[in-house]
Amino acid sequence: MRIGVLAVQGAVREHILSLTRLGAEAVPVRNPEDLRGLAGLVLPGGESTAQWRLLSRSGLVEPLRKALVEGLPTLGTCAGLVLLAKEITNWPERYFGVLDVAVERNATGRQVDSFEATVSVDGLGEVPAVFIRAPAIRRVGPGVKVLGEYENVPVLVQQGTLLGATFHPELTEDLRLHEFFLSLCGKE
Amino acid sequence: MQKGTYRVKTGFAEMFKGGVIMDVTTPEQAQIAEEAGAVAVMALERVPADIRAQGGVARMADPKRIKEIMRAVSIPVMAKCRIGHIAEARILEALGVDFVDESEVLTPADPFHHIDKWQFKVPFVCGCRDLGEACRRLAEGAAMLRTKGEAGTGNVVEAVRHMRILNDQIRRLKEMSRAELVTYAKELGAPVEILEMIQELGRLPVVNFAAGGVATPADAALMRMLGADGVFVGSGIFKSENPEKRARAIVLACTYYDDPELLAKVSEDLGEAMPGLEIEKIPEQALMQYR
Repeated sequence: MRIGVLAVQGAVREHILSLTRLGAEAVPVRNPEDLRGLAGLVLPGGESTAQWRLLSRSGLVEPLRKALVEGLPTLGTCAGLVLLAKEITNWPERYFGVLDVAVERNATGRQVDSFEATVSVDGLGEVPAVFIRAPAIRRVGPGVKVLGEYENVPVLVQQGTLLGATFHPELTEDLRLHEFFLSLCGKE
Repeated sequence: MQKGTYRVKTGFAEMFKGGVIMDVTTPEQAQIAEEAGAVAVMALERVPADIRAQGGVARMADPKRIKEIMRAVSIPVMAKCRIGHIAEARILEALGVDFVDESEVLTPADPFHHIDKWQFKVPFVCGCRDLGEACRRLAEGAAMLRTKGEAGTGNVVEAVRHMRILNDQIRRLKEMSRAELVTYAKELGAPVEILEMIQELGRLPVVNFAAGGVATPADAALMRMLGADGVFVGSGIFKSENPEKRARAIVLACTYYDDPELLAKVSEDLGEAMPGLEIEKIPEQALMQYR
């Protein structure tokens, strides 16, 4: 099973490692033709503003939007979630806008307030989670399921085969979230 | 909930990979950097080229300047403290700066020690010229490394030298037996445990950027080809003729470093680069990398 990891900027290697450990063929996506034959896509953490500018200037926005609209299963972590969100409450831009949530960028504050914690996820149990200048999910649309919360704020959401996390599963050894994502991509 | 753990610090640095971190001295420059696609900005009073030209003691920037820059952008803001200056580092941490660069570009404050960075919640990046220096900074708790290069020169040769030396030393380390590694640790002035970790990983355990002399998109691409995870651009952007265009071009070059056609396209018509300096013409006591 071939899974693309958007590789313009950010924690690309970590996602590729996690997916590879689970037996998937993980490939970096930096050009439109890299999207061919993918069973799923990961939008990694990084800086959402930098990622978007790179996507815009390299002709990747429309091919990616098309893939997302056509239902390519996608996991967005942190900045990746910001790119997927329908609304950003504290920023004038909106990116792909396919996941019906409103997010607040850098909601946990500056880096000194970044933290790790354990999050309870439906169907997976306790999952270690690293939050880095993390966004917060402030509103969830009717078609969106909240799979995990931390201090009463959603941190993991699902809309069909779209998954969005405000934390970084790729920074831990725990592979269960990636495994769950691969099951959405059709892995037995 | 645990804040300021090593994983939170090094994980943050992982988010910068493939990106460009730009020196800025005003909120307006910070906004230009953000719009160009910088992954972070370094808030300064003077860029390295001016520090070099003006001489005197170079210190941490005025907190007012740093706060103005923090308010102006949504991307992370870094700031520099002098080597060993624990108090400047504490001030930067209290300001909420996202990363502290314990930097040789400023005048060193402690002739004996670097900062014990484990004592801080804020992560640190430090410069290194070789594997020994990299290991010592890691032992002190650095969460990110960068080459020292020779800041403010617009000349990439020293950054290339430092990256080449590091690559060569890691390659040799990978082949070594335990006995050889212990002797090598003594030669490098590096803790054995950290060398063992690097040997096992086959690479540095933290993100390593290139810095010191990067002035063009091609320079950024070169450093990425040599294995840098990303680049710092100091004087190279705002000391050039067309900072906006050059900043955008360097951002694209950093991601698409292995696409020569794209590099050719973005390198076109950028106006004058910053004036450059030949390293041999700089008196040895004026070189920042030996600090």
